[in-house]
Amino acid sequence: MVQYIWTGFDASFAALSDATRRGVLEQLGRADASITDLAEKFHMTLTGMKKHVGVLEQAGLVTTEKVGRVRTCRLGLRRLEEEAAWIRRYRQLWDARFDGLDEVVEELKRKEKVDGRKKRE
Amino acid sequence: MDARRESEPTPMKNRTTVERKSERELVVTRTFNGPARLVFEAWTKPELFRRWWSPKSMGMSLRSCEMDVRVGGKYRLEFEPDAMAFFGTYLEVTPHSRLVWTNEEGGEGGPVTTVTFEEKGGKTLLVMHELYSSKEALDAAGTGAADAMVETFAQLDELLLTLGASVGRS
Repeated sequence: MVQYIWTGFDASFAALSDATRRGVLEQLGRADASITDLAEKFHMTLTGMKKHVGVLEQAGLVTTEKVGRVRTCRLGLRRLEEEAAWIRRYRQLWDARFDGLDEVVEELKRKEKVDGRKKRE
Repeated sequence: MDARRESEPTPMKNRTTVERKSERELVVTRTFNGPARLVFEAWTKPELFRRWWSPKSMGMSLRSCEMDVRVGGKYRLEFEPDAMAFFGTYLEVTPHSRLVWTNEEGGEGGPVTTVTFEEKGGKTLLVMHELYSSKEALDAAGTGAADAMVETFAQLDELLLTLGASVGRS
């Protein structure tokens, strides 16, 4: 499961590194679309668009469903959300650590002040 | 305003950012209200380090913390209650400005952590950078780190449940 989240990072980064694929995601954010619609919109061959959608699908960013002859694509954000959740949890841990570090630094500052005063005396 | 802030026991809280720079890099940044030499001290003296590295609020507790902070020196951290260990070697130690260490608990090819301390106007910008040597290393190390995290959060969940239950009872 955890492994899957990390593998997902890689796949998502690769998927998002391409301008057309980012455009497709943006488009699908507005409305579901067929591969034919997307190919037309992005001035591409069906085969080319199928490849892009395939990459997005593998990264878990898009899901497709074939009804009759038409394959409809829609956003599938599950994996991206999981990644965001992982980052959030990681940030929570560091936030908690750094709150403690703040306290330690404050204490060292106070101690330094006192020591400095002692030295001057 | 300034006078009021000075009288407060805790200073204004700074923001922690976590950013996934690429599939091999993770970067954490935070500013501390103190000079770099003190922040550096808190990262390099075990008795200070152990006070903040395992926050109680996250259900973490260190059983032991050994740090030989010099180039080639080793560190080893063991968590309670399961003695999960994190260990490695310091590659660079530049007082008050830079620390680099390996993370070897996942075997060879673990990530390398670089922490830089940059002082500006009495404050210190801390940047922690974790670089994984390859996708495979990231998968392996990521599993360990994330497993530890999952465990930690499971503990936190339990704690919250207990707290929730006691609140519910009263």
